[in-house]
Amino acid sequence: MAKESIIQAQGLTKRFTVKGKTVEAVTDLAFEVARGELVAFLGPNGAGKSTSLRMLTTLIPPTSGTARVVGFDILKQPAEVRARIGYVGQLTSGSFSQRARDELLSQGAFYGMSKAAARARADELIESLDLAGFATRSVQQLSGGQKRRLDVALGLMHAPPLLFLDEPSTGLDPQSRANLWQHIIDLRARYGTTVFLTTHYLEEADRYAERVMVMDKGRVIADDTAARLKAELAGDVLTFGFADRTDAAAAVAVVQRLTDREVRLVEGTVVVTASGGDALLPAAVRALDAAGLTVQTATGVPPTLDDVFLALTGRTLREAGEGEEEPDEADDKADASAEASGTAAQVAEATGAKR
Amino acid sequence: MTTQIQTRPDTAVRANPARDTWNVLTRELKPVVRDPFTLIFSLVQPLVFLGLFAPLLVGSSGAPVGETLQWFVPGVLVMIVLFGTGATGSNLQYEMMTGSHERTLVAPLARSSLLVGRALKEIAPIVVQAIIIVLIAWPFGFTINVPGLVIGLALLAVFGVGLGSLSYTLALKTKDREWLFWGVQQTLIFPLLILSGMLLPLDEGPAWMRAVATVNPVNWVVQAERALFAGDLGAIEVLWGWLAAVVLAAIGLAVGIRAMRRST
Repeated sequence: MAKESIIQAQGLTKRFTVKGKTVEAVTDLAFEVARGELVAFLGPNGAGKSTSLRMLTTLIPPTSGTARVVGFDILKQPAEVRARIGYVGQLTSGSFSQRARDELLSQGAFYGMSKAAARARADELIESLDLAGFATRSVQQLSGGQKRRLDVALGLMHAPPLLFLDEPSTGLDPQSRANLWQHIIDLRARYGTTVFLTTHYLEEADRYAERVMVMDKGRVIADDTAARLKAELAGDVLTFGFADRTDAAAAVAVVQRLTDREVRLVEGTVVVTASGGDALLPAAVRALDAAGLTVQTATGVPPTLDDVFLALTGRTLREAGEGEEEPDEADDKADASAEASGTAAQVAEATGAKR
Repeated sequence: MTTQIQTRPDTAVRANPARDTWNVLTRELKPVVRDPFTLIFSLVQPLVFLGLFAPLLVGSSGAPVGETLQWFVPGVLVMIVLFGTGATGSNLQYEMMTGSHERTLVAPLARSSLLVGRALKEIAPIVVQAIIIVLIAWPFGFTINVPGLVIGLALLAVFGVGLGSLSYTLALKTKDREWLFWGVQQTLIFPLLILSGMLLPLDEGPAWMRAVATVNPVNWVVQAERALFAGDLGAIEVLWGWLAAVVLAAIGLAVGIRAMRRST
């Protein structure tokens, strides 16, 4: 391995007993994260993202399996792990009755920083996370975005080499979200921190994470860069419109010659989902012209990670997130909807391959 | 893989119960220092109690004021500890509703420091309250024995750590059900209070009450405090009081740390 790894998880599994019923929240998680990476767990609510994070941060012990985090075993040396990681949980980290700056200083003390070092670091973070005007206010008085920035500041106080963020931007308005991300990216550029986060916002994972682990029902079902996941599992959706249906029907064969993927006739238009759509689109238009078929409209829609999730599971992220708190519920449903959905056929193989 | 792989020199801290307790305590005290009004009100309460209850006691017992205060003041102090540290779990419930408690669990703090630091936070204002109460009772014939007072406050601190840890455990067990915490807490606190003889003497009570009181650790602590405040430092009650407080603290910490490890 070229880069040293900062997280190595092996067979990490967590089962909970809820009302006498055993629920497997995370199943056999195995992955490595290299130092300096920015990795996102993407998945619907109840997919097991937070549970995984809570095991990696020593908050809950795994039912089986283990992990090494920053060089230490989460089961045998939890204190060593804790001293070297930063953690921003889902909820507000600051106590409501405390002042923002006081919490930063207390956090510094918790991590063994001297008073002078803690003060210098707190002021630096207050400055860089735009908390200057609110540092002496109590946490209770801060807005949602300010609270979240304070949470990040608390997680970064001791300059950990590895920062975990559990749904860092949930509940924030789009502007605060973008703003928070800018801070995370700047801080990472400045300190070289490895960032491991969970999110159920696919645009967020798409835009900021260098590596996306797609999680569903307690398992990682795909693990790659967003660009490659989209190219391999989803692809661009190209749609060609024609003056009449006979032209459209004739066009199917012409376009099919240019790609391995299935070209379909959908309501008088020709549709194909393929990777490299930006090159395929002009090529197809030229070939159709040469065949004497006049293309009236041509659109290419690049895929999103939602398409990837749909391709992998047969459900969209939103569908998967609704009413699925327990990971054992939706098995049958998912299969049914996979068959109904158009993309599902090609996708089943991809899913199989990944597993 | 070891720490050598780190780019930064490895300055990671190790848990240290004493230092961590101090850090937890000073964090907990920050809002009190920032907003001393809460402290001022908490000082007024026992004074009201002393001012309104002691005259009734004097009236019903017929004993001189000084003698009554000598008996009553130690009990009032134990009562403040009982209510103060008994409620500490409620503050924790607030912190559990946000992510603040979780943050302290991820921090490299000795687990015991989270219990002891919080309990001592309740004790710190009680020390101030105790001194004020004693000074106010003084002109009315209450005699102050300084070594007895110091040892008595130390005993209250140990007792408070035990009670605070148990309250903390209760909060962890009743997570997300605030009403249940208060229900259990109130159900336990009043029998403990009455059966300790801290407000009214148990001597006149029925035999069964006296029997139950003999196994009430709060009663032992109250008796130890009375002996200490009277300057009778070598009394056997002092020994029993310390024993009760130390055992309670040990049980409270053991149960509390266990609950904390299992809570998340």
